[in-house]
Amino acid sequence: MENHKLSNKKIVLSLSLAAIVMFGFGFALAPLYQLICSVTGLNSIGGTIDARKTISDYKNIDQTLSERKITLQLDTTLEKGLDWQFKPVEKQLKVQVGEVSQTSFIFTNTFDYPVVTQAVPSVTPWQAAEHIKKIECFCFNQQTLAAGENKVMPLTFVIDPDLPKDIKTVTLSYTLMAVDNKIAENTKQNF
Amino acid sequence: MTAEALDNHHDHGPPKGYKRWLFSTNHKDIGTMYLIFATVMLFLGGGMAMLIRAELFIPGLQLVEPNFYNNMVTNHALVMIFGAIMPAAAGMANWMIPMMIGAPDMALPRLNNLSFWLLPMAAIMLIMAMVVPFFGGGAPVATGWTLYPPLSVQAGMGMDLTIFAIHTLGISSILASINIITTIINMRAPGMTWMKMPLFVWAWFFTALLLILVMPALAGGVTMLLFDRHFGTSFFDAAGGGDPVLFQHLFWFFGHPEVYVLLLPSIGVLGIVIPAFSRKPLFGYKPLVYWMGFLTALGLVVWAHHQYTIGMSVAATTYFMIGTILVSIPIGLMLFNFIFTMWRGAMTFETPMLFAIAIILMFAFAGTTGVMLAVVPADMQYHDTYFVVAHFHYALIPGALFGLYAGVFYWLPKWTGHMYDETLGKIFFWWTTIAFNVTFFPQHFVGLAGMPRRIADYSAQFTDINIISSIGGIMFGLSHLLFLYIIIKTVRGGKPAEAKSWEGAQVGTPGLEWTVASPPPFHTFTTPPVVK
Repeated sequence: MENHKLSNKKIVLSLSLAAIVMFGFGFALAPLYQLICSVTGLNSIGGTIDARKTISDYKNIDQTLSERKITLQLDTTLEKGLDWQFKPVEKQLKVQVGEVSQTSFIFTNTFDYPVVTQAVPSVTPWQAAEHIKKIECFCFNQQTLAAGENKVMPLTFVIDPDLPKDIKTVTLSYTLMAVDNKIAENTKQNF
Repeated sequence: MTAEALDNHHDHGPPKGYKRWLFSTNHKDIGTMYLIFATVMLFLGGGMAMLIRAELFIPGLQLVEPNFYNNMVTNHALVMIFGAIMPAAAGMANWMIPMMIGAPDMALPRLNNLSFWLLPMAAIMLIMAMVVPFFGGGAPVATGWTLYPPLSVQAGMGMDLTIFAIHTLGISSILASINIITTIINMRAPGMTWMKMPLFVWAWFFTALLLILVMPALAGGVTMLLFDRHFGTSFFDAAGGGDPVLFQHLFWFFGHPEVYVLLLPSIGVLGIVIPAFSRKPLFGYKPLVYWMGFLTALGLVVWAHHQYTIGMSVAATTYFMIGTILVSIPIGLMLFNFIFTMWRGAMTFETPMLFAIAIILMFAFAGTTGVMLAVVPADMQYHDTYFVVAHFHYALIPGALFGLYAGVFYWLPKWTGHMYDETLGKIFFWWTTIAFNVTFFPQHFVGLAGMPRRIADYSAQFTDINIISSIGGIMFGLSHLLFLYIIIKTVRGGKPAEAKSWEGAQVGTPGLEWTVASPPPFHTFTTPPVVK
């Protein structure tokens, strides 16, 4: 078998290289995935505030607006093991489309040690997700509460007038998760 | 040159005792070990399926605890896919590819030994993954074979064992694939040009290529899972800035091509069996090769049809929908090529041919439900129901398993030197095919009616159909005892097989396997044969 154009060694090396590259591709996908989604807008879930618009832009919309109102339902969930109290001040509110609105959530750390948490939003129906423009939110940052601390944190937002006409009720749900390893460890053991 | 002459010249016989198997570098012995391993795993995975069907016989929880039930669902899939079907196809590749293309052995015999012996280790880890939850190993792997986080991050020690088993299985498949591609490129006998290769060899060439491209992506995905579980990373943890959907993309980037990995070797077998029993060359051999290549490429870019419900944008779902429906074109053309091969052929209906015809019918049916599932608005309704379960069992049992049965019955005379009992073979075919349809056909209806998958209990309105399905399932399981009996009987004796065991074996683009004795000597083609 001497007169082959490709030796066994060459084929094996190039195929192994292909396998290794594909293994790396998996890891490269972690940052690339976020990038692709944000650049192309392929992932329509997870509406974030449009950085080019300021609050005054939204206020300007105010005057040109119709009387359209929607019902916003607020829902909270706690990660298993994180026995905090986490409740919206109002469970349901009527919101004027295009107007800056504000509501609040109550947080109580029931543990006897400080805990770091992160709230993760979810919007139903998903078509509404990109039309909830949040201006200020406790979910933008990790929140640390001292032992037994009680805190009320605001959520300021605008419902974008481009919200599809057929949507009359939007549910905004937050899941609060412990970033702290201590809680995560406890959760695993109790599972 | 006859096989006997080669035999006298070179054969020093295999080493004796356990060393023959443990240290084997002989493609035939390694092929045999692959096939035996696959059979053992088939019965293990089948045993789990029997327990699953027994639990689902009536509503309520009777036999097993729900978490263990879900763990069985996970391991039934992993054992069947990685333990039974892939090793069986690899065993067939080991036996047949060198003999078909006139090579003395695989290109890298020691690597071949390694790729086989990794498998039992992985199988032990997979079985341990199911056992450790009973001994304080934390929560069972109740995720299903897709291993989606966050549930897989919360599972106990069994998940780590599953991850390592997948790593080991992945390394084994990648090494075997590298070996097969190298063999096909470099070890063909003089005159065995690319377009003279039997279709089975082509099918494995594409299969191996797919495995090398996608298996590492899964390995990467489960490695990230391992990091998330133990090293505080947040690849898939939303609280830490990660995204669980990323795992779904990684998994299905592997998972969808994996379907073609399971399917293609069987398509290769059909391309050998159908011409032989139709006594007519394969209709459109070259287009078939091109369709397989097209299918391989298309299979790499349609994965997200498994994830329509994650909330992709309309543009993305539309792309994946159209891509997925396109898949039916190469597969449909392959099936038409097989039907045209039979057209006006002098057909006889031995067991391999019966399986081949049944595959065309049942796999086309799976393709039809597949197109239904590819349509986004419809899929939103079918997602995670028994309709999906019925669909992929129709794709994988005829598409992969029955294709391998056709291959086993077709080459059994070559491997053992004995003809199998044709009557028993036919009984097995009818028994297993009818039982398969009784099991899975009714599941389409409960699925459309809304019965969710991966749950140990169900609503009482689904009882009647589940009873039928369970009875079919037990019949399907029992039929495999007959399969085992036929194999053992054939290995131990029977009518001696001729070198060319089937009348039509040399029709079209045959391999060189029929030019050596049945069973073949330990070493074949030590001097390369010349293909005209």
